[in-house]
Amino acid sequence: MKASVEAVASLAGVVKRYGALTALDGLDLMLHRGELLALLGPNGAGKSTAISLLLGLVRAEAGRVELFGKDPQDIAARRRVGVMLQSAMLPATLSVAELLRLTMSYYPAPRTLQETAQLAGIADLLARRYAALSGGQQRRVQFAMALCGRPELLFLDEPTVGMDIDARQKLWVAIRGLVAEGCAVVLTTHYLEEAEALAQRVVVLAKGRVLSDGSVDALRSKVALTRIRCVTDLDAAAVAAWPHVAAVEHDRGGLHIRTDAPENVLRRLLDADPALSGLEVLRAGLAEAFTELTREPDTEREAA
Amino acid sequence: MHTHEIAATWTYDDGRMPWRRALGAYIAEARSECLRYFRAPGFLLPVTLFPTMFYLLFGIVMNHGADPNAARYLLASYAVFGVMSPGLFGFGVSLAAERENGLLTLKRALPMPPGAYLLGKMLMAMLAAGMVIVLLLAMGMGLAHVHVTLIQAGSLLVTGMLGVLPFCAIGMFAGTLVKGQGAPGVLNLIYLPMSFLSGLWIPLSMLPSALQRVAPLWPSAHLHLLALRSLGLGQPALWQNVLILAGFALVFFMLAARRLRRLG
Repeated sequence: MKASVEAVASLAGVVKRYGALTALDGLDLMLHRGELLALLGPNGAGKSTAISLLLGLVRAEAGRVELFGKDPQDIAARRRVGVMLQSAMLPATLSVAELLRLTMSYYPAPRTLQETAQLAGIADLLARRYAALSGGQQRRVQFAMALCGRPELLFLDEPTVGMDIDARQKLWVAIRGLVAEGCAVVLTTHYLEEAEALAQRVVVLAKGRVLSDGSVDALRSKVALTRIRCVTDLDAAAVAAWPHVAAVEHDRGGLHIRTDAPENVLRRLLDADPALSGLEVLRAGLAEAFTELTREPDTEREAA
Repeated sequence: MHTHEIAATWTYDDGRMPWRRALGAYIAEARSECLRYFRAPGFLLPVTLFPTMFYLLFGIVMNHGADPNAARYLLASYAVFGVMSPGLFGFGVSLAAERENGLLTLKRALPMPPGAYLLGKMLMAMLAAGMVIVLLLAMGMGLAHVHVTLIQAGSLLVTGMLGVLPFCAIGMFAGTLVKGQGAPGVLNLIYLPMSFLSGLWIPLSMLPSALQRVAPLWPSAHLHLLALRSLGLGQPALWQNVLILAGFALVFFMLAARRLRRLG
């Protein structure tokens, strides 16, 4: 099992400033072989800066950045990496096959054109001009460019933006296939269900530091909030004053209660209103956990 | 568990690349760069139409029946005018756009070999310059009946294809100063005044003497002298002009490369 715990890339005590703004403030992060890591965080948390450092696009002011044990600006290290950036306008007049062949030429042992196209689900698009594709198709071509070099580490920055549900799920299948082959993936996404569906490990960044690092379940359990939904005549303000109730909202004719002790609150709810109906108890999803974790202390009341 | 097998299939000589494949990457980059611009009418039409239309109008139609040496002189002038634009615009506009739209960032993140991006653009500008020269030569010989020997034609072609390089460097530098949509305007502010001040539209001898004295400041004036000489007109001092142009290319290229490294 030694190979599977080997680090493919790491940031150690990394500091990066843009003028007065500190984007990364002593960040430590290690990426392991064959692992799918979702990097989450609010805008400005330092996700793109961390990725830019690992790709050698920017230099750190302090700390160490390593890609396969080398400086990321070393081209030999980057030959083992595939990249899909958030926004890149590719040459409009080139065909999909031409774009892929060009990207393949950068790598020592790329996949074949057919294999690449098959994996990314773009076999029918090869002869088309890039400019003639829809936004979702263009994203799939960019995904194909990321995997064509047979990378050991894949950076996917918001890969499914602009894709419909069907295309998104096909991409997820392809990503899972790559991970099964031993490829490590770093995924940043705004869709938390995407992280939930794919990631083995979730790292939440805020203000340039790691706020939480662990499995999806571990992250969920950090926020011990459960949602209770029910239709009742009880007064929202009165329920909000009960112990263990974090927040109460009116929700489509009923109440939406957030609590860290659902059993206690439920018992009291059912006692207080025997006519209560439409009861739903939901465990907090990754989205709630994420919101809870990254909430600014001074906006706590509004958010609740 | 089959982790060892997996690790084995996924490691490729530590990211080393045989030189043949590395060379292939340079060729693929140059090929795509040429293809994408030669398929883009927005680039190709202005670059070829401006010098050819100007030459047709001012060099052939309005100059009909005049001194044959005047037609020869104008062929050299418009050849230089035509060579400047693929350099300035091919390099400057595309670099400014690609710095803004993320393509340059992606190329830097990908393991593209160093310099392949710039070499590709350079080759593209050289081919476009060569194409403009061939068009102008055909018009000069066919319509204005300028007698050009094969050696003269070949030497004008080489002058144009190499002479585009200092303008590539200037365009590249401008492309690092401006981002996106602003670039064509800025480049026209360099292109048009410089063409005029170098005597490409009106011979230098007809310009005020003050402008004649500052003409050696402009790289296009030196390229003009070289183009005239390749068509059998003008004076010696050939190497001096070549060195000055090489100097322009080197200085602007280094300035641009430094800014690119710092800013991206």
